[in-house]
Amino acid sequence: MEDVGLLAAMPINEIVFFINKVVIAGLIIGSVYALAAVGMTLVSGILRFANFAHGDIMTLGAFVAFVLTMLMPGLGAMVGLPTAFVVMPLAMVVTAAVTIFLDKRFYAPLRTVGYKPITLVIASFGVMLMLQGVIRLFFGTAPRQMYVTAKDIYRVPFGGRDIIVTEPQLLLIVFTIVSVVALHLFLTRSRTGKAMRAMSDNADLARISGISTGHVVRTTWIIAGSLAAAAGTLLAMDVSLKPDLSFNLLLPIVAAMIVGGVGQPYGAISGGLLVGFTETLSVFNWAILLRPLKPHLPEWLEIPANLAFVPTEYKLVVPFFILVAVLIWRPHGIFKGRVL
Amino acid sequence: MIRAIDLRTITLLGGLIVLVALIFAWQGNAYGVRMLVEASCLAIVALGLNVQWGYAGLFNAGVMGFIAIAAFTGMLVSFPVNPVFWESEAPGMLLRTGIYLVIGVAATYLISRADRIGVPKKLRTVLTVVAAAITYLTVQNALAPAAELIEEGSSFVGGFGLPVGLGWALGGLVAGVLAWFIGRITLGLRSDYLAIATLGIAEIVKSFLKNADWLTRGTLTVSPLPWPVPTPNEIGFVAARSAYLALTAVLIVAIYILLQRGWASPWGRMMRAIRDNETAAEAVGKDVNRRRLEMFVLGNIIVGVGGAALVTFGGIFDPSGFNPINHTFLVLIMVVLGGSGNNLGTIFGALLVYVIWTMSEPAALILFRYGASWFQQMFDIAPPSDLPTRALQMRVFVIGLTIILVLRFAPRGLLPEKVMKYE
Repeated sequence: MEDVGLLAAMPINEIVFFINKVVIAGLIIGSVYALAAVGMTLVSGILRFANFAHGDIMTLGAFVAFVLTMLMPGLGAMVGLPTAFVVMPLAMVVTAAVTIFLDKRFYAPLRTVGYKPITLVIASFGVMLMLQGVIRLFFGTAPRQMYVTAKDIYRVPFGGRDIIVTEPQLLLIVFTIVSVVALHLFLTRSRTGKAMRAMSDNADLARISGISTGHVVRTTWIIAGSLAAAAGTLLAMDVSLKPDLSFNLLLPIVAAMIVGGVGQPYGAISGGLLVGFTETLSVFNWAILLRPLKPHLPEWLEIPANLAFVPTEYKLVVPFFILVAVLIWRPHGIFKGRVL
Repeated sequence: MIRAIDLRTITLLGGLIVLVALIFAWQGNAYGVRMLVEASCLAIVALGLNVQWGYAGLFNAGVMGFIAIAAFTGMLVSFPVNPVFWESEAPGMLLRTGIYLVIGVAATYLISRADRIGVPKKLRTVLTVVAAAITYLTVQNALAPAAELIEEGSSFVGGFGLPVGLGWALGGLVAGVLAWFIGRITLGLRSDYLAIATLGIAEIVKSFLKNADWLTRGTLTVSPLPWPVPTPNEIGFVAARSAYLALTAVLIVAIYILLQRGWASPWGRMMRAIRDNETAAEAVGKDVNRRRLEMFVLGNIIVGVGGAALVTFGGIFDPSGFNPINHTFLVLIMVVLGGSGNNLGTIFGALLVYVIWTMSEPAALILFRYGASWFQQMFDIAPPSDLPTRALQMRVFVIGLTIILVLRFAPRGLLPEKVMKYE
């Protein structure tokens, strides 16, 4: 703190409010989008179709974690972490198995010769509806809580005010960082990871150089399914678990994937964060930040009470506009992915 | 135009007629006619989707949004005038907002063209974005007090009290304009992008209609919507619904004839060529993207007319009532099951699927009740209290499964498209 005088003059309340409402909220939702978009972009890059059932695979993963939590509620207390987080790896395995099953049953037959690529997209809508039907059949439509006990809330004092982070949010951020690093190492160091990148770049060339297509496809679904399950579980831990958890996430996730460039995992991560931050920045009421400037402004310039770009009800408009803007100006995305 | 109809078509249509007759006998005339009217409105929607999917190969995943915006337009045009609104200050405020919007859009457009008079491109882009943002914030802040005033004083703006038919036509037109914007952006790219863009716009239209209380009364809903024919209060249920059915049947026949004439013409031949071999069509000089846009807009106009008719028949405009299952995927099944690319097949598919869909509700409930009581006896587990709502979710599963199975095993549908040969 070299300049205490300046710090005292700073509008601490407003800055902390901004950090809570924009920086942290954007980081949270951006991480969820990133985790989901990574899986979707890998599938799109390798299998050449947009899997619209991805959002419901997230929901499915969250419900699997929910069931496991209900089966062994005391597990978390032993480790000192929330139960849902402890059982999450198991839920990821189950969801990955389900996605492989779905691929075998429903997508693989349509990948053979004679079907148009768009058929796969429509089939993914079919799978989406089936998953929704099954989830609602077994769990009803009421929201549920993933937490057995109360959530831990961490308060970080900052110039007299508290920056608030909850336990699931912290876990989400840590998990995202760990999985991104792990994915990076996997894609750049392991044989399968390299094969995946090769196949994403040029499927025919990869096949004639001896890469096993079936193995790569399976690995892709495992990564996509388990990351989707994790994203769903962590999001459900932060808010609540609803059967329609994912449907409104689909648009931001696809936007994140296309912004980052289809088939580019790093693009998807940055795209997810970009979409997340843009969302929180657009629904933020900027008038709050401008208010401390009020005494310094001329009389005639009045600050309107509400200076948010988008009302919260219309949050969905933000990813849509990002999508439209990218499709108009850079259909390849910022990371030079493919155009499907 | 009249060609011999083959045996398969006759058998399937005959079976459908028997099925409908049985439902009439079982559930009574009023119910049967209602079902037929709803099915016929959805048949118009399905014909529109068939133009897009069957003839142009464009996958529209947001039929719901186009139905909703057309139904809203129809409501706005035909609903009786709300005098409280017109006597208040609100129309003036709305007019002012509109003028701001026009000035802002014009200024933004002119700035976006500024590179032609020597302004650097980067600077132009920045200025355009700034102009658009200022326009947007100005309009938003001008609209907010007007919306508040309307919601306090007169609940919503009301309609214009014009004929219902005009409302449907304008509804179709608005759906077409919306489709033009979406199509302009996505039709140059692969269909996946069209799917996500239409899916997104559908949800946005729905959330707009749900939250713009001053315009649509939002969740309070608007009813009763005026009918183009005498209402049940005047001449009784069966007569009124039959009159409505006559109207929609005339619409179907008119659209069917126009579409058939279109497909038989050089224009239709060109469209099929584009669908079946895009590269070849492009090589002989067809502007593929422009033609696709044409088809997408045309299809959505038809979707809009059908959607407006459907909601008008229901008598209530409820933005929360639109959902992707009933208004997007059900229509998709009608087209793929009936036979994409075959208009008669689409109409047949619409009737068949809607009959099965309405009947599946009681069927699913009965099935689940039996299943639950059996389960209770076997394992002594009480069924959950919301069993009926869960039973209905099973239908969502069946829709999804049907889509996949039809695509895989019968991609041409029950009444396949007849490939025309030119000798």
